[in-house]
Amino acid sequence: MTRTNIALLVLITCVAALPLFGDAYALRLGTMACMYAIFALSWNIVGGFAGYPSFATAAFFGLGAYTTGILMNKGVPLTLSLLGSLVLCLLLAAALGAVLLRLRGHYFAIASLSLVEVFRELVNNATDLTGGGMGLNIPLVSGSSVLSDATFFFYAMWGLLLITALVVIAVSMSKLGFGLNCIRQNETASNMVGLNSTLYKAIAFGLSACFVGAAGGLYAAWVHYIDPSDVFDILYSVKPIVMALMGGLGSPLGVVCGAFVYLGLEEVVWRNYIQIHSGVLGVLIILLLLFLPHGLVSLHAGKIWRGLTGRKAKHV
Amino acid sequence: MLAIQVLINALVLGCLYACIAIGFSLVWGVLNVINLIHGSFIVLGAYLAWGAYNSLGLSPWYALLIAAPAFFVFGYLLQRLLLNRVITAPVLVTLTLTFGLDLILNNAMIYYFKADYRKLILNPPTGSISIFDVVVPVDRLIATASALALTFLLYLLLRRSKVGRAIVAVRLDRDAAVLMGVDVKSIYAIAFGLGAALAGCAGVLMALIFPISPLTSSAYLGKAFVVCVLGGLGSVSGALAGGILLALVEGVGSVYLGPAHAVTLSFVLLIIFLVVRPQGLLGRKGFE
Repeated sequence: MTRTNIALLVLITCVAALPLFGDAYALRLGTMACMYAIFALSWNIVGGFAGYPSFATAAFFGLGAYTTGILMNKGVPLTLSLLGSLVLCLLLAAALGAVLLRLRGHYFAIASLSLVEVFRELVNNATDLTGGGMGLNIPLVSGSSVLSDATFFFYAMWGLLLITALVVIAVSMSKLGFGLNCIRQNETASNMVGLNSTLYKAIAFGLSACFVGAAGGLYAAWVHYIDPSDVFDILYSVKPIVMALMGGLGSPLGVVCGAFVYLGLEEVVWRNYIQIHSGVLGVLIILLLLFLPHGLVSLHAGKIWRGLTGRKAKHV
Repeated sequence: MLAIQVLINALVLGCLYACIAIGFSLVWGVLNVINLIHGSFIVLGAYLAWGAYNSLGLSPWYALLIAAPAFFVFGYLLQRLLLNRVITAPVLVTLTLTFGLDLILNNAMIYYFKADYRKLILNPPTGSISIFDVVVPVDRLIATASALALTFLLYLLLRRSKVGRAIVAVRLDRDAAVLMGVDVKSIYAIAFGLGAALAGCAGVLMALIFPISPLTSSAYLGKAFVVCVLGGLGSVSGALAGGILLALVEGVGSVYLGPAHAVTLSFVLLIIFLVVRPQGLLGRKGFE
């Protein structure tokens, strides 16, 4: 295991200590942070390792949320419902991936973007099952106290993040990760040397969807009410890309750091500029792309370290 | 008679769809950029028409004359100052950049115009004409005629003018165009400006027919996606074919499955086309 992967696990372990000294607000932020990190890590499998610009995150987030929501309304316990979301997203994404990942570049981007639209419209129109535009209420799970509820969902989301991180690390060290890297660098050449690129891409797309789907399920159970325009929001597809660009494409540690930094920025912007928050987000994206195209990871670590220690020395 | 009415509606709406998509298609084809701000340009054009009519009393035809140069300059500057910096970067970067721009423009519109739906109501109303049992509203007919005229203008520009030939040359083979002495960066900016101008004009025409709100921008963008993929990229005739096909599918789908399923149907069609025939109806293979 490489040093950065160990650092990633250490970082995630540190996050678990949050409930020790946080109130309900900190727990809410922590849950969101774990959810964003799951998005970024999942997106990284397809977007970072394999180099396919996927905009399908929102599609599987919404699908997972609705699967869990519908199952729980039918009386299925939370764990089983989440498992249902995970398996459904895995299988559906693998099947779709085998078809859609034959497209490249812009065409793949547009196809994955339209997946979100198709899923949203399907959910919108299946009123009997999903409640359509009226949304879907989801029964409370524990229902003891606000704080214990918040703690429960924080640890659930954190656990999911840990599993995602372990799977992503396993993928990056396995033959699968190596194959995806080859596909990113030169797909034709990797086909020539006998790599089954369709199979690899399908598995990658499935893996990148299943944890997002489970996170969607947890989100649904956490907020108790979902509607199509909320969970199939195209922003859920774009945010992981911004996080990955912020942290550094392809590196699991980088994208998780990117997710945390992004959440921090988003929270500050939401709090201070509620009316123009999406505009400020747009400005951030543009500045990031123009001035820091390779992410925070590309900032020279030594330079920062010297800067910090230099400043410290002055104080002393 | 219903069938003929559906057909006529599809033709009328299809030309408008083509007009929505043609600027998007031009930018995608020439610059290889998916321009996500296109939908917001259209809405901004619609607000321009609405504002000009309600506060200055200018009819939408004059608004077209204002919108075209104003949007051209806006688009030209945007490309010159921002997009040209990342034009050689991978898809992901250019796409995300235009998404950021779209967030800013859309948020600005929500801030200034609020998210209320508005409607440009011509006074006196233009009414509708009916031949046998087929009814067509006159304002829709005029908008369609203007859309066709705009499309034809672009066709002429690309075919006859020197700039147009340069744009086509850059689209066909960028490196060869550079060797022939074409200033690619300025052609990029002109093409993006043209795309923006067409979006603005399309917005003015949309204002005649559809309600105006910043929230409709993503619907316009979705239409542009579908039309481009159906018709094939970058060609004027492709956009027309794609627009009419989309309008037909939506029209027939609305009649037989219900209007709620029209959007789903169009996106399913998009995905099928992407997988089976990514070069579109009129596109040539290897040209995408």
